[in-house]
Amino acid sequence: MANYLKAIDSEWFKPRLSMSVLIVAVVFTVILVRLFYLQIVEGESYRALSENNSIRVQEIVAQRGLIFDKRGELLVENRPSFDLVMIPKDAKPVDVTLGKLSRYLNLPEEELRARVENSKGKPAFKPVVLKQDINRDLVAAVEVNQYDLPGVFIDVSIRRQYMGRLGACHLIGYLGEVDPEELKKGKLLGIKQGDMVGKSGVEKTYDPILRGERGGRQVEVNASGQIRRVLNKIDPVPGYNLVLTIDYRVQKQAELALSDVTGAAVALDPQNGNILAIASSPAFDQNMFVVGLTRDQWKALISNPSHPMTNKAVQGEYPPASTYKIITAIAGLEEGVINENTMFYCPGHYVFGKRVYRCWKNEGHGYLAVEDAIAQSCDVFFYQVGQRLGVDRIAKYAMKFGLGSSTGVELDHESRGLIPTSEWKKKRFGVPWQSGETLSIAIGQGYNVTTPIQLAVMIAAVANEGIRYKPKFIKGIETPEGKIIDQPKAEILERFSLNKHNLEIVKAGLWKVVNSQRGTAWRSKIEGIDMCGKTGTAQVVGRKKGEAERSEKTRPAHYRPHAWFVAYAPAQDPKIAVAVIVEHGEHGSSAAAPIAKEMIKTYLLEPEEGSSLINADIKNDRISEEKKDNV
Amino acid sequence: MFDRRLINYFNWKLLGITLLVGGFGLMVLYSSLKAGEPSPNQILFTKQIMWFSGGLVLMVAAFLFNYKHLDRWAYVVYALLILLLIGVLLFGKHVAGARRWLAVGPVSIQPSELAKIGVIIVLSHYYSKVADTRGLTFRELLLPMGLTLIPVALIIKQPDLGTAVLILLIASTVTLFMKVERRTLIGMISSGAALIPLTWFFLKGYQKQRILTFLDPDRDPLGAGYHIIQSKIAIGSGMAFGKGFQKGTQNILAFIPEQHTDFIFSVMAEEWGFVGAGAMIVLLMMIIIRSLQVAHGCREPFGTILGVGIAAMIFWQVVINVGMVMGLMPVVGVPLPLVSYGGSSVMTIMISMGILLNISMRRFMFEDGKRVLK
Repeated sequence: MANYLKAIDSEWFKPRLSMSVLIVAVVFTVILVRLFYLQIVEGESYRALSENNSIRVQEIVAQRGLIFDKRGELLVENRPSFDLVMIPKDAKPVDVTLGKLSRYLNLPEEELRARVENSKGKPAFKPVVLKQDINRDLVAAVEVNQYDLPGVFIDVSIRRQYMGRLGACHLIGYLGEVDPEELKKGKLLGIKQGDMVGKSGVEKTYDPILRGERGGRQVEVNASGQIRRVLNKIDPVPGYNLVLTIDYRVQKQAELALSDVTGAAVALDPQNGNILAIASSPAFDQNMFVVGLTRDQWKALISNPSHPMTNKAVQGEYPPASTYKIITAIAGLEEGVINENTMFYCPGHYVFGKRVYRCWKNEGHGYLAVEDAIAQSCDVFFYQVGQRLGVDRIAKYAMKFGLGSSTGVELDHESRGLIPTSEWKKKRFGVPWQSGETLSIAIGQGYNVTTPIQLAVMIAAVANEGIRYKPKFIKGIETPEGKIIDQPKAEILERFSLNKHNLEIVKAGLWKVVNSQRGTAWRSKIEGIDMCGKTGTAQVVGRKKGEAERSEKTRPAHYRPHAWFVAYAPAQDPKIAVAVIVEHGEHGSSAAAPIAKEMIKTYLLEPEEGSSLINADIKNDRISEEKKDNV
Repeated sequence: MFDRRLINYFNWKLLGITLLVGGFGLMVLYSSLKAGEPSPNQILFTKQIMWFSGGLVLMVAAFLFNYKHLDRWAYVVYALLILLLIGVLLFGKHVAGARRWLAVGPVSIQPSELAKIGVIIVLSHYYSKVADTRGLTFRELLLPMGLTLIPVALIIKQPDLGTAVLILLIASTVTLFMKVERRTLIGMISSGAALIPLTWFFLKGYQKQRILTFLDPDRDPLGAGYHIIQSKIAIGSGMAFGKGFQKGTQNILAFIPEQHTDFIFSVMAEEWGFVGAGAMIVLLMMIIIRSLQVAHGCREPFGTILGVGIAAMIFWQVVINVGMVMGLMPVVGVPLPLVSYGGSSVMTIMISMGILLNISMRRFMFEDGKRVLK
């Protein structure tokens, strides 16, 4: 067989093996020659280089991108910061240098010494930061005495500068030192231990875009650590700037109005889902994080019962209360269980089974149809609509409007809320749904909980007649020179067809809430703007039978109900949709509606820069309405 | 039944050089663990000694049985190693952005290291069956290409570029050693030359940057380039006789990156000078030449090819590692055999040495061209 004759044997291998030995010998000779060249021929000069250890790498931090509001107002910028740095190897004798430093700068020597002690074990040529962010006087003192302070220098770095107050802190977030655990996972490209990275909000979500790329220099230094020659340099690449969809005038208005209460406000553009304002109260000062919090400061923030670190606009879950009647009304009309003329009689209460369900208005609303039932927020009317619909049909519409699921806004820890169905209850508690529970659901109480941003999306979808957008806060991404490189498009999450006539009825009811004498929010009517809205009062504890409404004043503050207001304007061509919650604010009309009103007014009426006088108006409104009692 | 010839044919010289390199390596490792620390990192040193002891046990285990069993079970060994590589991707430990380690009881192993032997064994098995004097045809090369590319792909996924490149080089070396049909060789080289620019076209910006830096560390003067400069200063400053044990300033002041793994040769050259580093290079070369001699002495193709494969593995590791630290080669993480810290690397080399000893001591069992299995 031909193949057999050609089969390989050890004779065939021999020349190939000899050739291999030859190749190995040649390659290793090259290696030895190279070794000889480095160690013997060039050895002298390398020895000199190693004795000075004079080649260093210095980092140049990239400028982090700036953040603007939609009108170009600067919300977050960078400032230079001066750190006092020492290279122990160049600062010999270290003790003497530290002593001098402490005398020149009037800093306690122990503090400086402690910093050096802490860095023991690190290479002696690596800089040790003795004091961060020192003031200009100290900088001058170091520079004047430079000759006497070997190995000590000022490191200029860039620090983040936030507005401090009224600066959309929850949306924008803050920077902090990178978590070593995160770093170990290796997903963070180009980040090193000790780097500042976005820890929450826009700073976190858009960290890769804002950050830019670090640069550096390879330098040769002399014996006292001063640069003799730059061998190589890579320029840092600054990060991209962000233009937010926020209108800072509206944002500031919302934060001012919320400043002495606990709550949240969200304003959206109903035509595209752009977030015009998103505020949560109490707020915190992001600048504290830049310098680094002390243990006490952190404790105070974390243990504050009002949870300043929580973004209540996306994380807070509250019963939607009467704002939910919008859903019940639309469900009732769409499912045909009522029409615009269906009248129910409200005697101030409704008997179902063995229980009496009360209307917020003890004396009752009398006969009314859906439009007026919305305007006056009649509980009895909606009990009956709810009873005809059943819980699952209400839930279907609530879910269409995005309630009970996250809106997808690019912020961390968004809550989903909850829209109960009979199936959900069966699964959760193992017992069937009780028809009586549907009555509570129909007026937005019971198991229902929603977040402020969900209600803003809901009222925006009413305003634009059935389009649910994903709320977004990025208007554009720009190069540092201001060239726009990306403009995220509006994202439609759901477009549902609702009967136009039915929507018109509901909208008419919402218009009456603000613009008719008997509307629950008539005091918040804006001259010259047709605002539509809905108030809500979310019970914190169950309302006891026979308890007088007006005794609410005497209740302890944390039992008082939360105040809601959702609104959009102008009625005909909606440009802004708002949801406001004031925790324990008692009445939507008095606590929440004025805030929404001022936000809308600012957005639609103010031609340019906002005026801070408006804040005073809100507070006056709130005081004067304290006595009006409605839902 | 024990055959005295097994002892008569034992390759004491190969064992001796191996132990010499290992001992020298441990000494350098001890010194390199002092970098930036007041005293050497004893834990790592103790661990490495344990790895060596374990490696000796595995080496003995690797020559006690007849290596022809490896021929018979080649595909099983290969399949087990592939399973381990898949296991790494599924259950591996994350360390510094890569999944390379698999926890087996109290120890972590790096299956990509062991995969090198697996590929050598399976290729030796295949080539010893199909190769003939005419040279390998394209059709005959399809299976070995697949057998090589599967582990390479799995290792790139970890990612461990150094080991992946190494396996490709070992497989190519063994294949070329077996002779490839001229027509096929020319076809493959030219299609490869045509494909490379084409893939370049599809790479993203940062991927291109990474490859360019890999080829030319000076492009990254703050990272790889800086490391190479410091490494060259360390080697050069050792001069003829070195700065002495534990006296290398580049080492002690931690100017050398990865001084106990990839850059350990720089520490050795700094502290032991041309005399020490040159001796180490010569010793490593002797291991390779000894391996080729074992291949030469073996009278059946499987053992010969296996010996060549192991020689190729050590050759490429030494050339890439030493070439890199001296600024002759791209920067890629490949350990220096028997010297760099790392359990799996030490064990892999020790097992390979065991296999070579095995081939060497059983060479009397085979008459030319015939395959005998006892």
